[in-house]
Amino acid sequence: MFSYYLNLALRSLRRTPILTALMVLAIGLGIGACITTLTVLHLLSGDPLPDKSGQLFYPQIKPDTRSKTEPEGEYTYIDATNLLREHRADRQAIVVSAKLKVFGPQPGARPMSLSTVATTTDFFPMFDVPFRYGAGWAVADDDARARVAVISQALNDKLFGGTDSVGKSIRLEKWDFRIVGVLKHWRPVPRFYDLFGQGSFAGGDGVFIPFATSRDLADLGIQGSSLDCWGQLTDQVHLENQPCLWLQYWVELDTPARVAAYREYLVHYSEQQKALGRFQYKDKPITALRGLMDWLSYNQVVPSDVRLQTWVAFGFLLVCLINTVGLLLSKFLRRSGEIGVRRALGASRGAVFAQLLTEAGLIGVAGGMLGLLLALAGLWAVRRSPTDYAALAHLDLGMFLTTFVLALLASLLAGLLPAWRACLVPPALQLKSN
Amino acid sequence: MEIGPILSALRRHKLAAGLLVLEIAVACAILCNAVFMIRQRLAEMQVHTGLAENGLVWLMTDGVSGDDATPVTERNLVALRGIAGVQSAVTVVSLPLSNNSMNFNPSMDVDGTKHGPNAQLMLGSPGYLQTLGLKLVEGRDFDADEYAGMEVWLPQSSSMIVTRALAGRLWPGKDALGQVFWIGKRRFQVIGVVDHMVRGELRGTASEYVALFAARPASALSALYVLRTDPASRDRVLRQAADKLMALNPQMLINDKGTYTGLRDHYFAGDRAMAWLLATVCVALLVVTALGIGGLASFWVAQRRKQIGVRRAIGATRRDILRYFQTENFLIVTGGVVLGMALAYAINLLLMAHYELPRLPASYFPIGALALWTIGQLAVLGPALRASRVPPVVATRSV
Repeated sequence: MFSYYLNLALRSLRRTPILTALMVLAIGLGIGACITTLTVLHLLSGDPLPDKSGQLFYPQIKPDTRSKTEPEGEYTYIDATNLLREHRADRQAIVVSAKLKVFGPQPGARPMSLSTVATTTDFFPMFDVPFRYGAGWAVADDDARARVAVISQALNDKLFGGTDSVGKSIRLEKWDFRIVGVLKHWRPVPRFYDLFGQGSFAGGDGVFIPFATSRDLADLGIQGSSLDCWGQLTDQVHLENQPCLWLQYWVELDTPARVAAYREYLVHYSEQQKALGRFQYKDKPITALRGLMDWLSYNQVVPSDVRLQTWVAFGFLLVCLINTVGLLLSKFLRRSGEIGVRRALGASRGAVFAQLLTEAGLIGVAGGMLGLLLALAGLWAVRRSPTDYAALAHLDLGMFLTTFVLALLASLLAGLLPAWRACLVPPALQLKSN
Repeated sequence: MEIGPILSALRRHKLAAGLLVLEIAVACAILCNAVFMIRQRLAEMQVHTGLAENGLVWLMTDGVSGDDATPVTERNLVALRGIAGVQSAVTVVSLPLSNNSMNFNPSMDVDGTKHGPNAQLMLGSPGYLQTLGLKLVEGRDFDADEYAGMEVWLPQSSSMIVTRALAGRLWPGKDALGQVFWIGKRRFQVIGVVDHMVRGELRGTASEYVALFAARPASALSALYVLRTDPASRDRVLRQAADKLMALNPQMLINDKGTYTGLRDHYFAGDRAMAWLLATVCVALLVVTALGIGGLASFWVAQRRKQIGVRRAIGATRRDILRYFQTENFLIVTGGVVLGMALAYAINLLLMAHYELPRLPASYFPIGALALWTIGQLAVLGPALRASRVPPVVATRSV
């Protein structure tokens, strides 16, 4: 039956090529705009660690004396190292980054400027970071302020031709570091673990070193890029005792009970710090514990323009759909005579309805194909834009399928009202007037 | 022209006419808001930075740390001034619209109990006001001896120059010269006022809250070189400056470089892209709406051939038939526009709440209406002319 409806639909569409083209064009334009913006939105608001994000949390406290009711997004050295020492989560890591001058083993080569992350040993297991050679450093290396480094696959390819470089050394600014691990390609999007470093969608990091070592060699200058101070600075290199927020702190909490316990711990910690005269909140301690995805939306990682674009695109699709409803209605009602004859010959209302919807669906599929082409063109334009996520804008399989589902749904929705009106055509009347 | 018969005819096509009204309404609402947003973006892109932008080029290096910072940077500046075509060369901490800035809250008394608004701390090496092309409207520029050393992030010299905007905000109605504020425990006094200078990023009314300070090149003032040259030789000067810096400092990294106009373009790239996207959607909306109106009008003409024939047979002129369809379209578009204005207003309220957009000016309503009336009349013209050519003899034919 379906193939018969398909046949009828094709004939009918071919009879009115201009009207058909108009409808396909309208749906195609609307779908193309929607898929382009949705792909970008989907890319930017995706989960960077789908298997793990539920267990990763970003705790927040408020150590400064400024009058705000929100807890701070960054940490002072004192608080971050206190929390790390007390070790109340399943895993925890301090994160801070900077661009450093990196020298390869070849003498005389010009240095490179690479994003370098200073962190603690749990970083690698906590964020499921994959290794190609070696592994992350040990807790003992953190304690001993060891000059060890983990490098990215890209840097290993560049400096060592992709061979196992564990045990070899690289130079950061003036100091040599021994390589203990080489990552496999790892570029979570967004770069969730360091929102206060370079852009949220910036390229990957080249080097990872122990946080304690980065403090030992304070002249490396790993201070993040949003140093936020609320009092007079007395030293801009050794930030350990300065009234400045500059570190990020992540915890892994594997059960809901641990999450609840950690929330309480943050409150206790704040109370204890108030007793010591450091924190100065009024009534209740100002703390928060946000899950990874919540942390991303709290920091508005998705640019507001991208959301706005998506709304505009869906508004445009709405106009295209109303347009299609109008055209389908006139097309179907023009065929009242034919429908009347079919009804008189015994076709049920349902059969007429199904046949007309098939026709609408066919327009949707054609519109989807046009939309897909337009979305590919749109994404090409996005890739040429000067945003830091530009290079990532590609249509994946999911969005490919979404295109057709959306197009089909849209056209069926547009077909409902006209098809319903058309199948109300009384058989006898039409026959009489003919 | 009687509109009674048109209305009664429309009543028989309630659904189709209603859909058309709805389509025009939604299109009108989106159009008004989109055009408004485009104009907002374009207006922002016209911002006057206060710099003489055309002759400026810049090089962002990784800077010099430690005690070498002052001699090395001063040597580099001397070398850069030696390049043919370079009128002056300085180092600054940041440039307007570079998305990079150092900010502070001034204390308005010595105890730090009263704070002023967040402002930007601008710092540069000798002669930087001249090089950037900042226009002094009151007081004087820094003297040579005011370009002194640095203590952590602050200059040792207590002289500062403020923008007119910051002076007006901190000391409204008073003469800014001689006024003071504190950063931490350090006291600074105004010696001059510049006309305009915007911050590292635009922040609405606070975009020009900048205080300018003077210092010799130091570690914190060794990364960003700015050169003034004549606009025609910008590219050559930039190339030669990079080569010179690399030759003098084998381990220096030049992370980025360019003309100031390029930097400005980059700052507004997102806005420009958004404006283009919105403009494209506007055009597409108008095309789709026009095609919808035209498509439906053709259908109605085809459907009413017989009635048109009858009207022609009993004395209606071609002009009457043309007018009929034009008036019908006018009524439908008017309905759509009225509904669309209300919708436009509602969308604007939503945008105001979520995207910090100002209120849609009332002038958009008549302009939007005029645009849609025009589009509607153009779209219906073809089908209406076809209708007017229906011969009266059609009335006499059955079927």
